[in-house]
Amino acid sequence: MAKKFRSKKGVERTTNIVTYIILVAISIIWLIPFVILIIQSFSGDKVGYSIVSFFPKKWSFDNYVTLFTGTKFLKWYGNTLLVSIVVAIVQTLIVLATSYALSRLRFKMRKPLMNLMLILGMFPGFLSMTAVYFILKEMSLTQSLFGLILVYTASTAMQYYICKGFFDTIPKSLDEAARIDGANRHTVFFKIILPLAKPIIIYTILTAVTAPWGEYMFSSFLMLGDPDKFTVAVGMKLWLDREQVNDYFGVFCAAAVIVSIPITALFIWLQRYYVEGVTGGAVKG
Amino acid sequence: MVDLEYLKMSPLKKFWFNLVKFFKGLPAVLLAFFKAIPAKLKNLGKKFLGIFVTIGRAAKNGDWKTRTSFVIMGFGQLARKQWLRGILYLFFEVLFVFFMVFFGWKYLAQMGSLGDLAMYEIEIDEEPFIKYVFVDNSLLILLYSLLTIFVMFCFVYVWYQNIRGNILSQELVEAKQTLPSTKDDLKSYADEQYHKTLLSIPMLGLTVFTILPIIFMIFVAFTNYDKAHMPPAQLFDWCGVENFKTLLGGGLSADSAIFAYTFREVLLWTIVWAFFATFTNYILGIIVAILINRKGIRFKKLWRTVLVMTIAIPQFVSLMLMSQLFKDQGLINNILMQWGWIEKPIKFLSDSSGVLPRITVIVVNIWIGIPFTMLMVSGILMNIPTDLYESARIDGAGPVKSFFKITLPYMLHVTTPYLITQFIGNLNNFNVIFLLTGGEPLVTNMQYAGKTDLLITWLYKLTVNQSQYGLASVIGIFTFIIVAVISLILYNNSKSVKNEEDFM
Repeated sequence: MAKKFRSKKGVERTTNIVTYIILVAISIIWLIPFVILIIQSFSGDKVGYSIVSFFPKKWSFDNYVTLFTGTKFLKWYGNTLLVSIVVAIVQTLIVLATSYALSRLRFKMRKPLMNLMLILGMFPGFLSMTAVYFILKEMSLTQSLFGLILVYTASTAMQYYICKGFFDTIPKSLDEAARIDGANRHTVFFKIILPLAKPIIIYTILTAVTAPWGEYMFSSFLMLGDPDKFTVAVGMKLWLDREQVNDYFGVFCAAAVIVSIPITALFIWLQRYYVEGVTGGAVKG
Repeated sequence: MVDLEYLKMSPLKKFWFNLVKFFKGLPAVLLAFFKAIPAKLKNLGKKFLGIFVTIGRAAKNGDWKTRTSFVIMGFGQLARKQWLRGILYLFFEVLFVFFMVFFGWKYLAQMGSLGDLAMYEIEIDEEPFIKYVFVDNSLLILLYSLLTIFVMFCFVYVWYQNIRGNILSQELVEAKQTLPSTKDDLKSYADEQYHKTLLSIPMLGLTVFTILPIIFMIFVAFTNYDKAHMPPAQLFDWCGVENFKTLLGGGLSADSAIFAYTFREVLLWTIVWAFFATFTNYILGIIVAILINRKGIRFKKLWRTVLVMTIAIPQFVSLMLMSQLFKDQGLINNILMQWGWIEKPIKFLSDSSGVLPRITVIVVNIWIGIPFTMLMVSGILMNIPTDLYESARIDGAGPVKSFFKITLPYMLHVTTPYLITQFIGNLNNFNVIFLLTGGEPLVTNMQYAGKTDLLITWLYKLTVNQSQYGLASVIGIFTFIIVAVISLILYNNSKSVKNEEDFM
């Protein structure tokens, strides 16, 4: 009996060791690209057509100096920052308003509206882009940041699913109690639902703030031909073109580090809310 | 089939069973659908009839205030001292008349021809002695005529609301009841009509930037709008289903065969990609989550944070970096050669048969996707009752067996909606493909597309680089049809999953 017990423990220990080995391997695989990124951003080598070794032969800050003095990176960074902040505010307001209306209010067009948005979501987003481009052109808003903000925020009502799922879990009895006390629906929304919705508000802001930093498809099309209005993703993609990559790979790495640091910090700080949002949305759909 | 037999099947078999059932059941469903049409039409007819009944009632019983409102909107409301409503209706009518007379009408009249004359030249005195005067712009004609039609629908709706409001108010007055004042109206927008307050701006944005553009692009699919027909210098024209024919083979243009071939190839790869990208991420993500959440494993938070970091770093950074690492002269090939493991570079992204690039794309996508799945499933995994595993172990099941017999079925049961959205998201996964390979390697027997191009990246290239708007729209419509059909099948399946008793 005692022997059997020990052997079982032994098996457990071996599995644990194997698990640790796998987890360490996974961590290395997942972190190594970023290690490469950071190392290469401090590289003083002229890379020629390719990076030849893991560690550079010469270390230097040249890439960062070039980045801030010889390129439009700061401008792009400012553009993206501005767009992401405005988008976060507007998108959060729109998503909250839509979710509350669809979750709590009952009106004739509710079901048709939800079906409509479901169907619209099935069209590839870029399909409408040509038309949107010409609409913006008629309003003289192409190659403008305001136009980009409009494109990002105008249709965000369609992203109500996760937020509505959250509102659905808040007990209706709370609303009813407040209604009996004489509050109208507006007061219920602001005084009762919103204070309870902090996790989902933070989740929405977090996803909205980070989205413009990585979005390429729309911004590249809208800003075509005006490097002063690029976002970081569009500008940095240019540095990896075949003609540019030899001179700019190090600068690209430096820029990537600068872009990633604040977003990563934000993410790790607000990790809890992000996980809540992702999990909640996944199960309820 | 007996329920018990169904429950005994493996998940894959269940899926297959449901798929077969779906297609077998399809005729019956369609039949039921068509049978339901008369009833639905009747219902719709009743609603329409209701509209006409209201209008008729207003015309018959209406007093002079109500009747005047047929022509001058808001008149009745103003006469009954509902100032806000009255002014808004009147304002809307004036606006509409101006819109139609000075703007909408001329575009609507040209919708059939999409313009007769694109431009003409006139001579001028200074250099370059010729000036072009642009006349008709097919693009704007199409765009604005659609807008006009939309506005007209809106007008009819508002006009009907005006009549209805009038007759209701009149009847209220006749019943000696007080009408809602302007103050009451305003108050109701924070209460009974609060949805209008909340949804007006979101819906306006949705209409202008999604609904109208999609309708516009559907119309463009039936035109010859391409590089040779670019407004404002040239006109484009209706061409029927020519673009559809071009993509499906049998079109008139010389490129039709090659376009049709490209379309088939790209479509096939899009579906294969979506399938593998979704399920590799899903299964491997669950396994990683299990490893992290194992009893007795320490530093759980550390492992999780490492993976979360990769979500936090903007995807385009990691994707572009990967594209540099995996290229022929990239770091990975260089290091492998220095170590002497390989003689010449492995063509991760440039192998012209397309097999290796496709595998690389899926592998990189695993790297991108596992952290998301891991985060999402961690919480759900904890909900699986541990006694299930206990009894499985007593019955002699190893970890692999209990993963496939307990964990996976449970997860599939709970997270089907997530899987469906993932699958659809992957069908339209622009970033991973475009930033990693750009659709390359290019091959000569495909038109403007490479071996790893998805429908969405091909659509992007046809629009941005080739100005083939007509064809691009058709691809967009096909993508919609594919996504719609697939979601229908999957939702149907998940419904049958939901209908069976809860798991266990």
